Amino acid sequence: MSESLTPPADGAAFVSKSAAAIDRAKAAGRKALIAYLPAGFPDKQASINAAIAVARNGADIIEIGIPYSDPVMDGAVIQAATTQALAQGFHVADVFDVVAAVTAETDAAVLVMTYWNPVLRMGVDEFARRLAEAGGAGLITPDLIPDEASEWFAASEKYGLDRVFLVAPSSTPERVAMTVQASRGFVYAVSIMGVTGARSSVSNAAQAVVTAAQLAGAERVCVGLGVSKPEHVREIAAYADGVIVGTALVVALRDGGVPAVGALAKELSGGLSTTAPSTSSTTGV
Amino acid sequence: MAPMPTASSSDPADMNDAATAFLAGSADGGGFVQEHSLRHAPGPYFGSYGGRWMPESLIAALDELEETFEKAKVDPDFLAEIAELNKNYSGRPSLLTEAKRFSAHAGGARIFLKREDLNHTGSHKINNVLGQALLAKRMGKTRIIAETGAGQHGVASATAAALLGLECVVYMGAEDCRRQALNVARMQLLGATVVPVTNGSQTLKDAINDALRDWVANVESTHYLLGTVAGAHPFPAMVRFFHEVIGQEAREQILTQVGRLPDAVCACIGGGSNAIGLFHGFLDDDDVKMYGFEAGGDGIETGRHAATITLGKPGVLHGARSYVMQDDDGQTIESHSISAGLDYPGVGPEHAYLADLGRVRYEPIDDAEAMAAFKLLCQTEGIIPAIESAHALAGAMKVGQRLTEGESTPSDTIIIVNLSGRGDKDVETAAAWFGMLDEQGNVKGTMLSTRSAKGATTMDNNAEDATNE
Repeated sequence: MSESLTPPADGAAFVSKSAAAIDRAKAAGRKALIAYLPAGFPDKQASINAAIAVARNGADIIEIGIPYSDPVMDGAVIQAATTQALAQGFHVADVFDVVAAVTAETDAAVLVMTYWNPVLRMGVDEFARRLAEAGGAGLITPDLIPDEASEWFAASEKYGLDRVFLVAPSSTPERVAMTVQASRGFVYAVSIMGVTGARSSVSNAAQAVVTAAQLAGAERVCVGLGVSKPEHVREIAAYADGVIVGTALVVALRDGGVPAVGALAKELSGGLSTTAPSTSSTTGV
Repeated sequence: MAPMPTASSSDPADMNDAATAFLAGSADGGGFVQEHSLRHAPGPYFGSYGGRWMPESLIAALDELEETFEKAKVDPDFLAEIAELNKNYSGRPSLLTEAKRFSAHAGGARIFLKREDLNHTGSHKINNVLGQALLAKRMGKTRIIAETGAGQHGVASATAAALLGLECVVYMGAEDCRRQALNVARMQLLGATVVPVTNGSQTLKDAINDALRDWVANVESTHYLLGTVAGAHPFPAMVRFFHEVIGQEAREQILTQVGRLPDAVCACIGGGSNAIGLFHGFLDDDDVKMYGFEAGGDGIETGRHAATITLGKPGVLHGARSYVMQDDDGQTIESHSISAGLDYPGVGPEHAYLADLGRVRYEPIDDAEAMAAFKLLCQTEGIIPAIESAHALAGAMKVGQRLTEGESTPSDTIIIVNLSGRGDKDVETAAAWFGMLDEQGNVKGTMLSTRSAKGATTMDNNAEDATNE
């Protein structure tokens, strides 16, 4: 497997869509906002509308989650949302429609976040082919570590997709280095030892994880897990290249529909400009 | 561990065998390691199965556990500690009992029962929990968490935690808590906290999900004491190691009692820990046939079953690549079985490998077959088996009939069945199955005393009690 860990990251023809989105934000003087929403929640069309609203209100990258029966990295809010989507008949192939629709309507890069078994079931190559065809940027893989990813390396190379792996506060320097090298697009720095869900403050472990990834050579590092408020976003924007928000957006969508999730995205993105003064409002999520 | 999980130690088999021999108290455990031995497979991979399909957050903990385990299993002090607990706490070695009257229903083949039901806490589960709880202490962890279905592994974990002074939290599906309320009380009496899981199907797989979520958040203080040979490396190889004593003992006992190896060994398969423990003693004995019996539930044709190897497809669940009951989208399908301990839509990766190799044959046994064997063992041998183990008994009856067909002396055929647990926990389920309960769930014929009149509104046929009030 080790030979597959060092793919040619910068093939001449390859442009990482997520890296480009982060770089565009940087060029505009701010950090990137990465917004997670599950496909099929509250239903397929509404999930498309919500993702478009979020992109039009400041999200640079949209992360579309595939509902899965056993989401061990997710907290109660996202579990409830994805369980509802599955109960309503969501199918994995629906995610390609969501990706295609959001890609067609917005400038955002669209990543898919998925547990690995649905990809394995479809076939890694087939999944990658269809994702690329839909205009997707790549995959975020919460339960796939580079050690097990040889098939995904091959498929992501073949179809020009980003590989976003996670690094955690518990990752050893050796594993951080290996994961940074395996990733493409950006590296997902897990801010806390835990699962997804809104928290009152950002773990101070987050900055250390980002620093470790940067020391290992990561060009773009984004922070996720437990990020829910504009002040979190501002805090993280001081040291990371992007901020990933999930649960808070799902709560807004659940409780207030598409207008509410759009409004929250706007408020969160207000915290991202490195020059703009900070707003004092909180979202109450 | 090195960054690559494939980088397992070069040749631990030799040391393993000495260790296992020591564990079993045998001076002669290392006699049958061959060049192509299937024994002591170290992981992380078993053929194309196994591995670590886990969040990065947990990899450091898995590495720490692997390192601790690899040192412990060749550490005489650790092995002596396990051997002492096995002997003086669990009550090992467990007996090998010939089931002479039951044998008549297995084509006349001689059936021997490996009596894991006689262990402390009533099943094989104690072997694994003692080992892992000792490892938890070696790692300096103060808290263990566990998942449980019927409650057997939860009770065993709570027991080990009490014995070794560890905090214990057990995740149990809310549906299972309701069905097994007495086991919830047992765990609480032992000092454990039981957390009802209300996610998903509210059964074992969801309890594992919540235990993993707890582990991610508390990994510094906490060891996840997984109850079967599934999960990410090193769990499958490690849990097997602690159960290898079953097969070691059975092998010695059958040689002593009969003078030769058995023709077949039989065990039930949920995750597969009792089975792999028994099988391991005979894996390299090519003449010993091996059978694993999965839960056929309502019948595999109904779709309501837990026959993961028989009807599942390769996939990843809870950290390992193995057979998984899943739909065309890769979503896990809920399993069904009268036996909560077999009601799991996954199976240990080593079993998946042994199935593909053809070394072990896996077959489904449905609820009705298992319950018939349950009753038969009660009434021919005076042993109430766990319903899980009853699947192995039902399978052994079929195997016995097959192997003795056309044989003039069927008693020349010898079969060992792993009686993995006792059936005390299953009495209510069995009473309901056999129609022994009335509509209120009371055992028929037991509600005639004054006790039932209190608060009862429809007891007008019991005028004497009423006047006594």
